[in-house]
Amino acid sequence: MSAASSMNYYDRKGILGTLGRDGLLQIILIANTVIMLAPIVIMVFSAFKTTPQIFQSPFSIPDFTQVSNFAKIWTQTNFLRYLMNSFIVTGASMVLILTLGTMAAYAIGRYQFKGSTFILMFFLAGLTLPLKLAIIPLFMLMRDLSILNNQLSLIFVYTAMGLPSTVFIMTGFIRSLPNELEDAARMDGASEARIMWAIMLPLVKPAMVIAAIQNVVPIWNDFFFPLVFIQNDDLKTLPQGLTTFMGEYTTDWGVLFSGLTLSAAPIIIIYILLSKQFIAGMTSGAVK
Amino acid sequence: MPQLRMTGRGLWITALIVPPLAFVALFIVYPIISAFAYAFFDWQGLRRGDFVGLENFHTVLFVEPYRSWTLNAFKNNVIVFFALMVLQNGLGFILAYALWRELPGARFHRIAVFLPVVLSTIIVAYLFKLFYHPLFGVVNISLKSVGLGWLAQPWLGQGGTALWSIIIAQAWHMVGFPTLVFLAGMQRIPGEILDAVRMETESEWVKITKIVWPLVAPSATIVFTLLFVGAFNWFELPYIMGGLDGSPFGSTDVLGLYFYRTAFGNVSSGQQDFGLGSALAVLIFIFIAAVAGVITTRLRAREIQL
Repeated sequence: MSAASSMNYYDRKGILGTLGRDGLLQIILIANTVIMLAPIVIMVFSAFKTTPQIFQSPFSIPDFTQVSNFAKIWTQTNFLRYLMNSFIVTGASMVLILTLGTMAAYAIGRYQFKGSTFILMFFLAGLTLPLKLAIIPLFMLMRDLSILNNQLSLIFVYTAMGLPSTVFIMTGFIRSLPNELEDAARMDGASEARIMWAIMLPLVKPAMVIAAIQNVVPIWNDFFFPLVFIQNDDLKTLPQGLTTFMGEYTTDWGVLFSGLTLSAAPIIIIYILLSKQFIAGMTSGAVK
Repeated sequence: MPQLRMTGRGLWITALIVPPLAFVALFIVYPIISAFAYAFFDWQGLRRGDFVGLENFHTVLFVEPYRSWTLNAFKNNVIVFFALMVLQNGLGFILAYALWRELPGARFHRIAVFLPVVLSTIIVAYLFKLFYHPLFGVVNISLKSVGLGWLAQPWLGQGGTALWSIIIAQAWHMVGFPTLVFLAGMQRIPGEILDAVRMETESEWVKITKIVWPLVAPSATIVFTLLFVGAFNWFELPYIMGGLDGSPFGSTDVLGLYFYRTAFGNVSSGQQDFGLGSALAVLIFIFIAAVAGVITTRLRAREIQL
């Protein structure tokens, strides 16, 4: 209500009014950015402080030379192992998602065959289904396949979860590619496999980047499936390992904050470097 | 020759399509169908017992104490959904509008608003848990330092504030998502329409309500549906910040936690019932699918096609 009337008020005042309205929006943006960044900044600052320093002056800027918290995490916890497990699981899932997703999308997008619409629908059906709710049968399935407490269980679930959106994004993209190159190669007698590998795949790369980013963030961050599938501490992924380790150091806040900072750092750094691709990738499914 | 060529191509297409199809069939479709089947059986631990028809559904809906647990978790989910609708999507729309005007620094603000979205929910959960600490958390320390010490309280430790504290952490985490989806919707509005409107009216409010909002309706439909599905699946934040029991006193218990606890048990209750868990999963699933379907069709019908 008040926002509306103030906007009307400013509108009537011409140039000055425009400045006023944009000023209000500018204040909203700055305030929001402060709110978005403050928790992260406090987290990073606190990682370089001792616990008493955190309690006494939570907002002060540390001198960044006190790194004993990080040293403790590096030497006394399984942090590196968790980090490596996350790399293994995420990496393997991404390779499978991109390979299988491209195969399916290529077949659906590039060839006309009976049942192709149905197959696309079959993939898309997985797009909105909350797979968390099927965790009991998934748990039983992993047990029957003897891959409970094994990273393969995570890799398989993440691959299946990632395929629908990947097939969706890439089919649309592959359909939009021109036919000429392909037809020319076919005239020259190139095999279908060779056409796909040598001619079409290089053209598909932009869609693969979008699909990769859309899947890599939720897989890297997932906590739920490791919680159910993985018991062995040596196999835990980073989000899951974090819970173990936050439970061990409840009173040492310096170590807690540096653990959070270390866990957040890889993705924050990549995001800042590639923010444009990240935003495009993560919102692409919803923007269409 | 053509016949042979066809067969070769058919084989090639089959080879491309079968592996991905098998993955989705085995790890998505089969488990979801099984979840429905499991709900009609009695379970002893991991062993399936007798067919019991609708008894599991009857238990979680009508038999105490399950009935109260179900209702409490559902009620909390409804609160979560409406609160996030205002905090996350409402703020998201305002922020998107502000970003749309390309004011100085818009690029930087856009990067900042989306930064929390890429963080793991577990990191967000622990970060805010530390911030909400009654003695040493920055929330209470800030309140005291600006003379509002009487507002300081054990945010996560009392029934009245616990759920809301977690909701605010969630809104902080995810507000960037609707913001950028709305922004993308606004950026697709053709310039001619905006110019025409500018001739018609001076009022920014009229412009927003009559033009921008109806034209970003497709974005709104998607954002509402995703929020709805997400809110009724909510698990990680309440699990870390409130605990698997939804403490204190079930005030942060939501359907996701309740379902997980019923299926896989926890240390204190020791209960583990796949039958009741599956019945809950099926009910939640049907509810989400039905409401998401209604949201999508209702809102789609009102959308203006550009």
